[in-house]
Amino acid sequence: MIAATLAIVVSLFLIFVAVVRRGLPAMSWDMVSKIPGGGFYIGKEGGLLNAIVGSLYIVIGSITLGLCFSLPIVLYINLYLPEKSRLAQFTRLSFDVLFGIPSIVYGAFGFTIMVYLGLRSSLLAGILTVTMLIIPILIRSIDEVVRRVPKEMKDAALSLGATRSEIIKVILRQVAPGIITAVLLAVGRGIGDAASVLFTAGYTDGIPTSLSQPLATLPLAIFFQLSSPIAEVQDRAYAAALILTFIVLILSLAGRYYSRKYSKNKI
Amino acid sequence: MTSSLQSEKMQANEDSVILNELDAGSIFSKHKPHISVRNLNVYLTKNHILKNVNLDIPDKAITCIIGPSGCGKTTLLKTFNRLLQNSMDVRIDGDVLVDGENIHGKGVEVENIRKKMGLLSQRPCPLPMSIFDNVAYGPRIHGIRRKKTLKIMVEKYLGEAGLWDEVKDRLKSPATSLSIGQQQRLCLARGLAVKPEIILGDEATSALDPISSKKIEELFLKLKDQYSIVLVTHTLRQAKRIADYVVFMYLGEVIEAGHASEFFNHPKEKLTKEYLDGYFS
Repeated sequence: MIAATLAIVVSLFLIFVAVVRRGLPAMSWDMVSKIPGGGFYIGKEGGLLNAIVGSLYIVIGSITLGLCFSLPIVLYINLYLPEKSRLAQFTRLSFDVLFGIPSIVYGAFGFTIMVYLGLRSSLLAGILTVTMLIIPILIRSIDEVVRRVPKEMKDAALSLGATRSEIIKVILRQVAPGIITAVLLAVGRGIGDAASVLFTAGYTDGIPTSLSQPLATLPLAIFFQLSSPIAEVQDRAYAAALILTFIVLILSLAGRYYSRKYSKNKI
Repeated sequence: MTSSLQSEKMQANEDSVILNELDAGSIFSKHKPHISVRNLNVYLTKNHILKNVNLDIPDKAITCIIGPSGCGKTTLLKTFNRLLQNSMDVRIDGDVLVDGENIHGKGVEVENIRKKMGLLSQRPCPLPMSIFDNVAYGPRIHGIRRKKTLKIMVEKYLGEAGLWDEVKDRLKSPATSLSIGQQQRLCLARGLAVKPEIILGDEATSALDPISSKKIEELFLKLKDQYSIVLVTHTLRQAKRIADYVVFMYLGEVIEAGHASEFFNHPKEKLTKEYLDGYFS
C-alpha cells in the first residue's frame, strides 16, 4: 500500500517538476495577458490569453449546460421513478457506458453533426461537445450522493406535509457538497480535454465575441506548440500546461472551500 | 362530497358506539376514538403484512403498540400518515379514518393528512439546515413567511419540546451539532410546529441514551393532554410506564387491545399473557 502510494505520488511529482522546470522559464506576464502576436508560433512575442479565455468559456458554458441536464435527470430517476425501476437502472448503465467513451468520439460525433448542419467550428459547438463529454461524469457522481440521502430524511420532510418539489430543495441542500465535487471532476475533465474541442471549437488567435466564432483552448495550445520543432515554442507548451494546472488548482481550492461551507448543515 | 363525508363520519361514530358497548367502561367512554382502523389489510410485494386489523386509537391519550419484531407495528403506523405508499408494491385494503375521514379516500390531499400528524422516527433525522430552520421548515412550507411569526413559533415549540433553554443561544448552528437526544427533541419540536393533532412515534426512544429517552417519555406525558400520541415500542417497560391504551400485535394481527391497567394486569388472550411473561419477545 505504501509502495503504491509512493509510486503514484512520486510519478505525479515528476510530471509536475517537468512541467514547472520547462514551463516556468517561459512564463511571463505577457503569456497570460496577451493574445498571440505575429510569429508567436515561431518564438516571437505574444501570449496565451486567447486559449485561457477560450478554455474558461468552454468550461463555464458546458458546466452550466451540463447541470441543467444532469440535475433534473438525477432527481427524476431517484425521486419520481420507483425503487428498482428498470428505466432508472437502464439510465445508470447507459451513463456508465458513456463515461467510458473516449473524448475523440464525442469530438467526431459533434463534428459530424456540424457538417450535417453546415456549421463552422465555434464556441457553441465546443460547449455542446464538452457538455456531452461531462454529463456522464456529472450524472454518475451526483447520482451516487443523491442515492445516499437517507430515506428517513425524505420521510421526515414528507411527514411535515412537504410536497415532492419541496423535498427536492431539502435533498439539494443535503447533496450540495457532492454536487460541487461532481462539478470539480467535470471541470478537470472538460478543461483538460483536447480531442473533443479539436474539430468542434477550432483554434484561433483571437478571443471570441459571439457563440458562433471559433476559439482556442489550452489543451490544443499545448498540443500545437509541443509539435513545433522550435525548443522555445515547446517550452511555451509547458507554460500553457502550467497555467492549466494552476486554473484547476484554483478551482479545486475554491470548490473545497464552498464544499466545506455547504457541508456544515449536512447530516 | 360533504354528504358522503358526513355519512362516513356517522358510520365511524356508530362503529365506536358499538365498540364502546362491547367494551363497557373502556377508555373510549372518556376519550373518543381519533383514528379508527377498519378491516385493514396491507400487502408488501405479495406478503400479507397486516391481516384484517380493526382498531380504535383514543383521542388525547398515549397508545402504545407493542409486539415482537416484524409483527407489522411500523407498517400500521405508516398507514396512518400514508408514508407507506412511497414504498414499492404496496396494496392497502380497508379504511383508516382520522376524525371520521377516510384518509385513503378519493380527493383526500395527502399533505393535509400528514400535516395532522407529527412523526418521530427511530433515529432522529434532522433536516440539513440550522436548528431554527428545522423548526421553521414546516410552518414555512405551509405558507408562513413573516420572520416575527416564525421566531415566536420556533421559541414556542422548542419550549414545548423542552429544548429552548439548551439551544436559544445557538439557533443558527447546524442541527447536527446537537446530541442525539437533543436532535430527537428537535424533531419533536419540528413536528409540533405544523400544529398536528396526533404524534406518531416509531420506536422514538430506542436509539437514545436512558436520560434522553426519559426526557422524551416525560414530554409525551406532558403533551398527551393536547395531542393523541401513538407509539410503537419495543420495550414493554416503556409501555407500562406511559401507556393509557395498549395494542398488542403478533404476526400482522391485533391480538388484544385495551386499557393499560386492564391489559397488563388481566390480559384476556393466552398469547398476550405469554408475551407479557417474556416467553417470546
